[in-house]
Amino acid sequence: MLEIKDLDVHYGGIHALKGISLQVDDGEIVTLIGANGAGKSTTLRTISGLKKPTAGSVLVDGRDITKMSAPNRVALGLSQVPEGRRIFTQMTVLENLELGSYRRKDGNRGKDLQEVFGRFPVLADRRKQLGGTLSGGEQQMLAMGRAMMAKPRILLLDEPSMGLAPLLVQEIFEIITEINKDGTTILLVEQNANKALQVAKRAYVMETGRIVISGDAAELMKTEDIKKAYLGG
Amino acid sequence: MEVFQQLINGLSLGSIYALIALGYTMVYGIIQLINFAHGDVLMVGAYVGWFSMTALHMNMFAALATAMAACAVLGVVIERVAYKPLRNSTRIAALITAIGVSLFLEYVMMYFVGANPKAYPDLTGFMAGSFTIHGVIIKNIQLVIIGISVLLMIILQLIVQRTRVGKAMRAVSQDADAARLMGINVDNTISVTFAIGSALAGAAGVMWGLYYVSINPLMGLMPGLKAFVAAVFGGIGLIPGALLGAYAVGFIETIAKGVGLSTYSDAVVFLVLILILIIKPAGLLGKNTKEKV
Repeated sequence: MLEIKDLDVHYGGIHALKGISLQVDDGEIVTLIGANGAGKSTTLRTISGLKKPTAGSVLVDGRDITKMSAPNRVALGLSQVPEGRRIFTQMTVLENLELGSYRRKDGNRGKDLQEVFGRFPVLADRRKQLGGTLSGGEQQMLAMGRAMMAKPRILLLDEPSMGLAPLLVQEIFEIITEINKDGTTILLVEQNANKALQVAKRAYVMETGRIVISGDAAELMKTEDIKKAYLGG
Repeated sequence: MEVFQQLINGLSLGSIYALIALGYTMVYGIIQLINFAHGDVLMVGAYVGWFSMTALHMNMFAALATAMAACAVLGVVIERVAYKPLRNSTRIAALITAIGVSLFLEYVMMYFVGANPKAYPDLTGFMAGSFTIHGVIIKNIQLVIIGISVLLMIILQLIVQRTRVGKAMRAVSQDADAARLMGINVDNTISVTFAIGSALAGAAGVMWGLYYVSINPLMGLMPGLKAFVAAVFGGIGLIPGALLGAYAVGFIETIAKGVGLSTYSDAVVFLVLILILIIKPAGLLGKNTKEKV
C-alpha cells in the first residue's frame, strides 16, 4: 500500500536519511522505532510531503507521489499526526476537527464528527474550548481525531505517547489498535519501543539515518540486541 | 462640544486607518512580513478610484468597487512576484524587498501621472451635505466613510470566522506545516490574504481621496505608516488589535489637533506608540501564549 525506496534526505549539510526503504501493507500496523535523532520523524515528514527527499521515491498503491505536494497527499488518503501534536491552539476543538476534513468532498461530516466524538468522548465535552486550553493528553486525542476526520487510508503517527502519563499512554495505544481494527493502516513512530512492538505487526529499527533491523514485531521483542538497546533489559 | 467634534473626526479617520491596518496585520499574521508596500497599494487604489470617477464617470460606489478589485489583483501579483521567492530566506531580505516594492509603486505611478497632486471630483448631493447637533458639525461624507468601513469590517470578520477560506487563513497563520497536513494549499491561502488585505487598502485609498480631495503618488506613506503603528499598537497579527489600534491612533491624532498641536499631531501619535511598546511590548491585545507540549 505504502512503499518508500532508497530515500535520501538532507537538512543543509546533514545527511538525515541514508537510503531508507520500507513498506506498509494494507491493514497493518507497522512501527518505526529507534533513538532520538535516528531519522524517524524525518521519514514520516518525507512520506507526508513536508520534507522533499534528495533521492529515492515514495509510492502509494504503486503510484509514485514523490513530487506531489503535502496537501494533495492528504486528498490521496495519507494523514499525519505530527510530533508535538501541532493542533491549532487559537481555534476551538470543533474548528480543529472541521479543518481535518478540509479536503473531503464526499460523505457526511456530521456522521464522522459523531464517530470521532464516540472514540474520544472528552472532545465532545470540550468542543467549544480553544485547543490551547486542553491538557497534553486531550491535545493528543484532538490531533488524532483531527487526522481521522480526513478518513485516511494510511495514518502516520509521530510519537503519540510523548510526554503523557502512563495511564494515558495505555489509552492512546488502545485507541490506535481500535482505529486499525476499523480498517485504517497505520505507520507508527515511537520511542516507547515496548508499547509500539506490542501493538505492531511488523517493525523497523532505525539508527543514524539507516534501517538496521526489520521483521515481525513479536519476534523482535525477543531478540537480545533489541531488548538491550530499546526495551531497557 | 469640542471633544465631540474631535470624536466624530477621530472616528472617520480611525475607520480609514482601520481598513489599512487590517491588511498589515493579516499579512503579518500569515507570513510574518511587514508589508511596507501596503500604503502604496492604498495610493494605487486612490488613483484607480480617481480615474474611474473622472475619466470613466463612475459613481462613488462603482469607483470604490473598481479600486478594490484592482488592488486585490495588485496585491496578489506583488506577493507572487516579490515575496513568494523569498519565503524561505531571512526576514530582513523580505523586508527590504517590501521597501523596494514600495518605492517601485510610487515612482512608476509618478511616471504615469506626474508628481503634481490630482483632485478628487467635488462631492455632490447628499455626500456634500452636513448637519449640526448641539454645535457639533457632522459631514455626511464622514458618516458614509464610517458606514462603509464598518460594513467592510463585518464582511471581513464573517469571511475569517465562518468561511472555509477564512478557516484556512487562520490555520496557516497559526501553523503553516500543520495546515499543509490538513490538505490546505498554503500558497493559495496566502494569495487570498493578500487579495483581501489589498482590497481593503484600495477602499481606504478611495475614501481618503473623497475626504481629503488631493492625492499624489507619495500619499500612501503617512497613512501606511500610521496604520502600521496602529497594528503594532493593538498587537500585530491580531484583527481586533488592528481595529482597536486604528481607532486609538485616529482619536489621538484628532485630539492632538483639537488642542492646538496640529503641527505635532504625528509626533504625538508616535510618542504614544513608543510609550505603549515600553509598557506592553506585544501591543494592547498581544500576549505571549505559552503552548503545552
